[in-house]
Amino acid sequence: MFPTPIAKTSRTWQISYQVLLPVMLIIWLLPLIAVANFSIKPESDFVSGNYWGIPSSFEAFSNYGRVFFESNMPRYLWNSLFITIPTVIGAVALSAMAGFALGVYKFKGNLLIFFIFIAGNFVPFQILMVPVRDLTLSLNLYDTKTGLVLFHIAFQTGFCTLFMRNFIRALPFPLIEAARVEGIAEWRIFLFVVLPLMKPALAALAVLIFTFIWNDYFWAVVLTQGPDAQPVTAGITEFNSQYRAAYHLMSAGSIVAALPPVAMFFLMQKHFIAGLTLGAVK
Amino acid sequence: MSVSPAVPSTHASRPQRGWYKRNEIAITPWLFLLPAMIFFAIYVIIPIGQSFWISLHEWDGLGEKTWVGTANYERLLGWGDANVDRKFSVSFWNNLKWLVLYLLAIPAGLFIALFLNQTVTGIRFYKSMFFFPFVISQVVVGLVFSWFYLPREGLLNAILGFFGAGPINVLGDPTLATYGIIAAGLWPQTAYCMILYLTGLNAVDPEQVEAARLDGAKGPKMLWYVILPQLKPATFIAFVVTIIGALRSFDLISVMTNGGPFGSTRVLSFYMFEESLSEFGFRMGYGAAIAVILFFIMLGFITYFLYAMYQDEKGAR
Repeated sequence: MFPTPIAKTSRTWQISYQVLLPVMLIIWLLPLIAVANFSIKPESDFVSGNYWGIPSSFEAFSNYGRVFFESNMPRYLWNSLFITIPTVIGAVALSAMAGFALGVYKFKGNLLIFFIFIAGNFVPFQILMVPVRDLTLSLNLYDTKTGLVLFHIAFQTGFCTLFMRNFIRALPFPLIEAARVEGIAEWRIFLFVVLPLMKPALAALAVLIFTFIWNDYFWAVVLTQGPDAQPVTAGITEFNSQYRAAYHLMSAGSIVAALPPVAMFFLMQKHFIAGLTLGAVK
Repeated sequence: MSVSPAVPSTHASRPQRGWYKRNEIAITPWLFLLPAMIFFAIYVIIPIGQSFWISLHEWDGLGEKTWVGTANYERLLGWGDANVDRKFSVSFWNNLKWLVLYLLAIPAGLFIALFLNQTVTGIRFYKSMFFFPFVISQVVVGLVFSWFYLPREGLLNAILGFFGAGPINVLGDPTLATYGIIAAGLWPQTAYCMILYLTGLNAVDPEQVEAARLDGAKGPKMLWYVILPQLKPATFIAFVVTIIGALRSFDLISVMTNGGPFGSTRVLSFYMFEESLSEFGFRMGYGAAIAVILFFIMLGFITYFLYAMYQDEKGAR
């Protein structure tokens, strides 16, 4: 193990490491701690200049209450959810199939198609922006959740296919051959042999895509406009103009907007990390 | 002479199979690929070509497109008698700053990963807490940092004041603003590189480390000659994701400064958006031309990434 395990080092370094850990963590999260502190302060603290000290009274309930009951935030949160969930299902389904095709079969153009999926995934959003916006307008899907979902499914399919294909490649191929010898139809092999083995990959991708889509901002501003369809990342700017310079409310609003993926991460940590670090180890 | 009956004729024993059944292995992959390919073609592949086409026109997004040939590119790059678009050159240089400075996330991530690669009680908690800025949306990261930088209310100036320095208005100063935004971007990016390296360190061969230790290698030497070569796959991914992230930087700029002060924080991705969809009118053709240039910058990297992956694939066969 590198660096040397702490248990094998001198007593002084062991103690200083234990002290250093929380200190480093606090420094690392300092901007976030400051915002969390903002969000539980009363407005009067900002008037009196008590910006970063201990709140003079605990106002979390009233601040977060106003976010949930006196603004459009709940609508934006619902929009985010109704954009994110269908995208996750769509992208995972499409890429599981595509990954199966690319991972199991040998045919001409296999690698080429695979590389097109990867390359498309690296492309800058801006080169897609004008045509995709145009297409969405002509489909009458501008400023709808469906319009965003369709695009997100298509774009995420690139990354997901890369992921799925590599995962399926690593599965034991004799299993599939055995099923073929038994005379099982190819689509049944996918459904009953390969898919059950892909559960870890499906879980990892679902969490990752949830986070990516929830946090998307660019496409939200390009393809949607108002509280009818905009997700929370775009809605937060409207929220902030409603409460201009009311830092206690703006910070509470941003924490609410950031929370669902954070909760997802802490609940599904194992899958999340497995997904993110795919390929980091040979 | 009749054929020996020891080998039964397959034709007789099985009924005539359908065309699909006979070609199942050849056809199935295409059926499975079709939905993904259609989606990907409509929303990703074809739009790339369309953007090229639009960049040769003047277009407000609604009416007729007017063919202008390479005029948009001439105006951007200052070919012929035109001067180079100043906003474009500012954006381009800022993109370079992003590219170079964003790569700091890789050594920073490695440093934190080395710091956290221990087995003391509660280390899992520390690892997740160090990582979780990556999960927060860039919009919120931008807001968090713009409040952190506030000249009066911000914590940064409180800290600087404690050491007798400042106050500075990071986002209000044209010479500092871009660096302030990059610093905000480095926060989640470092967390990502850290998790890559933590996973990589986990897989480092302990026998090699022990052998190197017996040979007297330690500290930086051990890191450079024994550990880092084994972390190569993690470094490659960190590099790919960081480069892409640097060129995609849009959310942070849009939220923190909206391109200002005096347009000093624009990058190509932001400038393109501004030209195409801003209150100053929809100049889609000009915007598309910027996007095409950004695309070609990215294409250089994409080609390299794909080449590296292809070498890998060949090795695996």
